[in-house]
Amino acid sequence: MRSIAENDLGTPARESAKQVTLIIDGRSVSVPEGTSVMRAAALADLKIPKLCATDQLEAFGSCRLCLVQIEGMKGYPASCTTPVAEGMKVTTQNGKLAQLRRGVMELYISDHPLDCLTCPANGHCELQDMAGAVGLREVRYGYEGDNHVHKYVPGKGEANPRFVAKDESNPYFTFDPSKCIVCSRCVRACDEQQGTLALTIQGRGFDSKVSASVAESFLESECVSCGACVQACPTATLTEKSVIAKGQAEHSEITTCAYCGVGCSFRAEMRGEEIIRMVPNKDGHANHGHSCVKGRFAIGYATHKDRITKPMIRAKISDPWREVSWDDAIAYAASEFKRIQGQYGRDSVGAITSSRCTNEEVYVVQKLVRAAFGNNNVDTCARVCHSPTGYGLKQTLGESAGTQTFDSVMKADVIMVIGANPTDGHPVFASQMKRRLRQGARLIVADPRRIDLVRTPHIEAAHHLSLRPGTNVALINSIAHVVVTEGFVNEDFVRARCDLASFDKWRIFVSQERHSPEAMQDVTGVPAAEVRAAARLFASVPNAAIYYGLGVTEHSQGSTMVMGIANLAMATGNVGREGVGVNPLRGQNNVQGSCDMGSFPHELPGYRHVSDDVARGAFEAEWNVKLSPEQGLRIPNMFEAALDGEFKGLYVQGEDIAQSDPNTQHVTASLSAMECIVVQDLFLNETAKFAHVFLPGSSFLEKDGTFTNAERRISRVRKVMSPKSGVGEWEATQKLANALGYPMNYTHPSEIMDEIARLTPTFHGVSFDKIDRLGSVQWPCNDAAPEGTPLMHVDAFVRGKGRFLVTEYVPTTEKVNAKYPLILTTGRILSQYNVGAQTRRTENLAWHSEDRMEIHPHDAEVRGVVEGDWVGVTSRAGDTVMRAHLTDRVQAGVVYTTFHHPFSGANVITTDNSDWATNCPEYKVTAVEVTRVSQPSEWQKRYREFSDRQQELLRAAVTDVSVK
Amino acid sequence: MNLERLVIMANDIGGFFGGEPTAEERIAGVSNHLAKFWDPRMRRQIVAYAREGGADLSDHVRAAVLRLDVPPKT
Ligand code: SF4
Ligand code: SF4
Ligand code: SF4
Ligand code: FES
Repeated sequence: MRSIAENDLGTPARESAKQVTLIIDGRSVSVPEGTSVMRAAALADLKIPKLCATDQLEAFGSCRLCLVQIEGMKGYPASCTTPVAEGMKVTTQNGKLAQLRRGVMELYISDHPLDCLTCPANGHCELQDMAGAVGLREVRYGYEGDNHVHKYVPGKGEANPRFVAKDESNPYFTFDPSKCIVCSRCVRACDEQQGTLALTIQGRGFDSKVSASVAESFLESECVSCGACVQACPTATLTEKSVIAKGQAEHSEITTCAYCGVGCSFRAEMRGEEIIRMVPNKDGHANHGHSCVKGRFAIGYATHKDRITKPMIRAKISDPWREVSWDDAIAYAASEFKRIQGQYGRDSVGAITSSRCTNEEVYVVQKLVRAAFGNNNVDTCARVCHSPTGYGLKQTLGESAGTQTFDSVMKADVIMVIGANPTDGHPVFASQMKRRLRQGARLIVADPRRIDLVRTPHIEAAHHLSLRPGTNVALINSIAHVVVTEGFVNEDFVRARCDLASFDKWRIFVSQERHSPEAMQDVTGVPAAEVRAAARLFASVPNAAIYYGLGVTEHSQGSTMVMGIANLAMATGNVGREGVGVNPLRGQNNVQGSCDMGSFPHELPGYRHVSDDVARGAFEAEWNVKLSPEQGLRIPNMFEAALDGEFKGLYVQGEDIAQSDPNTQHVTASLSAMECIVVQDLFLNETAKFAHVFLPGSSFLEKDGTFTNAERRISRVRKVMSPKSGVGEWEATQKLANALGYPMNYTHPSEIMDEIARLTPTFHGVSFDKIDRLGSVQWPCNDAAPEGTPLMHVDAFVRGKGRFLVTEYVPTTEKVNAKYPLILTTGRILSQYNVGAQTRRTENLAWHSEDRMEIHPHDAEVRGVVEGDWVGVTSRAGDTVMRAHLTDRVQAGVVYTTFHHPFSGANVITTDNSDWATNCPEYKVTAVEVTRVSQPSEWQKRYREFSDRQQELLRAAVTDVSVK
Repeated sequence: MNLERLVIMANDIGGFFGGEPTAEERIAGVSNHLAKFWDPRMRRQIVAYAREGGADLSDHVRAAVLRLDVPPKT
């Protein structure tokens, strides 16, 4: 079912410099060449009846309802498949057309149930609308004959062989074949929009029917539950279960998904303050009306019973929680922070901002740290994911952000995906990428694991460089070696755009024989010929684009690899136009934004170093306070300092460091050593189990603000329901600042954005008003680019000349040996998000109810492990137990797992190793041994015990008289 | 802070700049990085260690650490 708020123009827009003018029902209309007659009519407010056409999909021309008459043309062409021509004269309504259309509708309705009054699509069904539009008054054919509607043959009591029962296997939508009109919109949505090709039309003519994969249930099929087919279906055949349960929405509000870095735009379709369903916004600049299972469906967590909506405090973590008023909670937190700073010094407290919170919320937290705490001890979870991106791109290109829009991929000739798994991590962008690949762009994948993209319907990677975990830099150096020594350098580009001294140094470095694919193949495990072929392919096409993810950054050489990628893009001239670029695929929805907002201990908003007197001076003047010119502690440094007794107080905004950060036992020891931990979150997450103050957070549905996606696109988040805790997150932070003695007096998040815009050169032109007007805007947005900057580094690099850096390969110290012979690497899956606090509280558990250890059948066999066995996984840091899944997607010698569930303890095994430049943890390489076991690990037993105890303390929470 | 960790971290930084062609570039690279990214107490600790000999620091890292200004305690 289409959004209740969108107008369907019937066929997709066409781009053309040439305008064509025609006459439709006497109205003159001008449209770009290539536009259909149907769309042209719709643009002139003339509605031509239609069923199989919708503007999200290419026209198909099967229903014959959209027939028109065109002067000089024979018969009655379908307006959806007929392109406009200059001077064309079209008639959309007359007696003959009406008669033909009624005939078509009569046939449809004769095989369709007549239970409209109780049908979930009632009020928003296109079939019903069309019956009305064409004036259908009678149906001459009864149901006595062949039909798909009735379970039993009418009047006979025997089973109707054509009838197929409802499929309710998918947790979010149902499929009721009796209502299907076989318009194939669902099939085309799955093919064109999603690119999964899970649906087919089986049979022909009256026999034809829609089927998931080959007659499987939706849940068992290839379907990834993106919901595109549900949105495309004009009838109630495919319908959201929420609509079946609640009825139609009555208003809608545009907002932005709070899950991944794609940042899809949605219409929240509402009834009062209740969400009926989420429908991706057709005008959304990042997603163009598409979405994935998380954003569209997995929103139940926002109203989950586990949500904590009252502030709570306790003196010790062994005490029961005490529910108190907001004022009491804030007063307690402030007095504790003051006491700690008095006792242990100004630098003994700090905060961690969240990539899931809005720009405005993050900004006020870092402001609180710098202005009210008086130090720079603020860091963000980007520390553990994309901090190397910020560092590496700033060093080379001059700006800590990706260079392109998502749409730019449609102009790429070669797409190189390194250490990213877009179909799981960034599904909507992956759909777009797959569309480009189906059009013929070539694909190079560099990943230790055979990710889905390597081979999927109609797509096969030209090269899968299946490297050993931890050898990225060795690989990129040998690719660069081929580029330089085989004459693939784009000399003109380098000469005009780059710093030549740095280029020469780099050229000499990578030309050395020790970097050749042949010299490196024993290190990377990738055959030299394959590397050479991939490098040649990459460097020989007009447009080559690199997309990368955490498989690049979460290594001891994460920053080096980011620089290596930037070097390669510059050397081949692949920066500064559409179809190319260096594109980090950001994990969480607002990682880019939280970094932009000054969440790093060394950088003020807009990536200016705290020691920069001019930048700091501007903040001091606006904030009316003296700021420290010394960078503060990063998250891992905070943990170290806590164990030393020098760091005692931490304010954690919506992050779960106890689950997401590496070496869990080390983290929890640090947390236990602190005297005041304030956690602001929706749930009693793992970190909150160590907290002294709990401030209830608000979900993205409960607040106004902005998120910035991986393309630097700032989009609005809009409040569609009141905050369950009564107080928005930024307000809570503001209260805390005030209680600490630093005044903050914002009355609305838009005022926070105005302040950000005043203080940050790349944001000078940003305001809520402008975003509302344009839909979204990509920073830099200022006087030089008032409507934002889709492509960066177009005529010159942000830093002036592009700088090459020498990228020496330094093997990780995390090495396999006889005791730990396997390499563990970690990742994500589609249906779950990060630590899973949200998605585990939705029906998405249907796809991933536990984390499993993927192991190659050969490694499993040697260890006597079979599918589903419990295995112990031991590293130098710790051990845990999970179930094994045998698959050859991982190479022999490599095991793989996700970390969406706390009990799996995946981070109990990851180590303290980190990126040299940013301390981003080396999640992707841990030496382990895997053995068959029969019981949970010691850590898991302790975890269970502690966690159960904390849940008890929550249940035992006593309520203060003041809040009763 | 755990000195061993600090030494490892400093040497990791040294590893990257080890690719630079001249000794001066190697030392300056490490020194700038520490000055820009390490919190004062970490710098104080590593400098104190280097001044006592800094046995576990690689050579250019030790030279780089000895170049650092040490911020006063607050
Ligand atoms: S939900 Fe998405 S993947 Fe599943 S059948 Fe529909 S369009 Fe295809
Ligand atoms: S399920 Fe819906 S979209 Fe698919 S063919 Fe049937 S009516 Fe059309
Ligand atoms: S999780 Fe990502 S891809 Fe999915 S709907 Fe949200 S923003 Fe889009
Ligand atoms: S809408 Fe044109 S043929 Fe169906």
